[in-house]
Amino acid sequence: MSASLVNVSNGEIHRAIEEVARESYGRLIAVLASRTRDVAGAEDALADALVAALVTWPRDGVPKSPQGWLLTAARNRLLDRIRHQQVHDLSAPTLAFMMRELEETPDPETLPDERLKLLFVCAHPAIDPDMHTPLMLQTVLGLDAVAIGRALLVPPKTIGQRLVRAKNKIRKARISFELPSAKQIPERLEAVLNAIYAAYGNSWEDATGADHRIAELGQEAIWLARVLRDQIPENAEVRGLLALMLHCEARRPARRSADGRYVPLSEQDPREWQISLIHEAERELAAAAQMRTLGRFQIEAAIQSVHAERAHGGSTNWLAIVAFYDQLLRVAPSIGAAVARAAAHAQLQGPRAGLMLLDEIAAETSSYQPYWAVRAHLMQQLGRVEDAAEAFDRAIELSGDVAVRNFLIGRRGRR
Amino acid sequence: MLYALMIYERPSDFERRDPAAADSVIGAWRSYFRAVSDAGIYVGGNALDIPDNATTVRLRDDKRQIQDGPYANTKEQLGGVMVLELPSLDEALEWAAGCPAASYGAVEVRPVSTSTDERVTGERQQW
Repeated sequence: MSASLVNVSNGEIHRAIEEVARESYGRLIAVLASRTRDVAGAEDALADALVAALVTWPRDGVPKSPQGWLLTAARNRLLDRIRHQQVHDLSAPTLAFMMRELEETPDPETLPDERLKLLFVCAHPAIDPDMHTPLMLQTVLGLDAVAIGRALLVPPKTIGQRLVRAKNKIRKARISFELPSAKQIPERLEAVLNAIYAAYGNSWEDATGADHRIAELGQEAIWLARVLRDQIPENAEVRGLLALMLHCEARRPARRSADGRYVPLSEQDPREWQISLIHEAERELAAAAQMRTLGRFQIEAAIQSVHAERAHGGSTNWLAIVAFYDQLLRVAPSIGAAVARAAAHAQLQGPRAGLMLLDEIAAETSSYQPYWAVRAHLMQQLGRVEDAAEAFDRAIELSGDVAVRNFLIGRRGRR
Repeated sequence: MLYALMIYERPSDFERRDPAAADSVIGAWRSYFRAVSDAGIYVGGNALDIPDNATTVRLRDDKRQIQDGPYANTKEQLGGVMVLELPSLDEALEWAAGCPAASYGAVEVRPVSTSTDERVTGERQQW
């Protein structure tokens, strides 16, 4: 292992370690775990390697290939554990298999990117769907249970225990680290995309940005989608999801006023949108359209793309939005899409048309906040004061976000 | 790696085992078993008799408690077990999906605990 013996400060070394940890974490876990199927073991070994780096690098200099150094250190650590049989619950043949696989770990200089396999393992149908997102955040991005718990609003202890259980299942049931067969890819990919989008959705709920870890979750989700896009560039839905998240992310700065008030999309100042993200979203969506396989995420991205027209001084084309929502409801029906569709129809044809659509789905929506918020606005437009007040009250009651609650209270009028 | 495929069936499925009943199901099982054998993955297993003929035993305070019937009184009951040797859960799920019971009942796939086997029997299994 060659090291460059230049004089660098400890601060720089720590930054170098942080950088390589962030860039390489998922790659290294994927390489190690795909050979042992022991995700927790790979995490422990990499954590040890990072600690070793903190000791060694300031003394000997940053190695020429920091990633290769970490891989070698982590692999040796894993081999040690296996040699000393610290893995009590595995049979001897399995241990021998793990040893062999690890010893054949590829040259650190030409490390294969196996993060895609890891993503498919995290969203495997044999794993509890609720754990798909947390597993990805932990194994691919290296977030700990505390950060994940905070971001997903679950007690860290609970999430920690469930992560351990999921990783045990991966190892003990021997979930395969191979890519799914071509026949299975669309179905398996859907779970991966849903898990990434769920991570993004969680960051979106928390618009206050009070917790930077949660705000960063949005960035991490976009980063995961970019990894996926690089690995399967020919998949239209992957690009659709990336475009959708980029469009939403572009508006993040405009979602709250300077004094923290909630600003609905229709009242946002497009000059506050991040134009470079909008451009990137448009490029992804255009590339997806070339592939001619329509899907849920592309349609949702297309809707956001129509809204983004305002960034170029255009007005909102509600006819196009209504058409996309109609299509979305056929391709991927959901309560969220149905409520948004009703709101879009109301924009185009008036509140009465929107209310008719809302009435069609009333049965399933008693605790769905957007349903009551849209209903309240439409009732208000129709001058049905009593009905509007009732719907506002339900929407306010169901809003977890203080800024949204205050916005709705303002619209309802003080009583 | 050994996987146990546990086959769960409803009462009506058990009834279909009657030789007088239509044997399309038996035919499906016959060809499934042939496929499993030909693939060289079959380790062992058996079909189980109907749950009515089961007896459950517990020893509590040195007293035998004998109960007529299966362990759990659920609608779907264990109807058989098959042990296959396969490299990964994904392939075990593939074989489970191809099992005739997957379409009329349910197939639970569970890894065999070879390490526990070793500790109990004192032998390394030869699979």
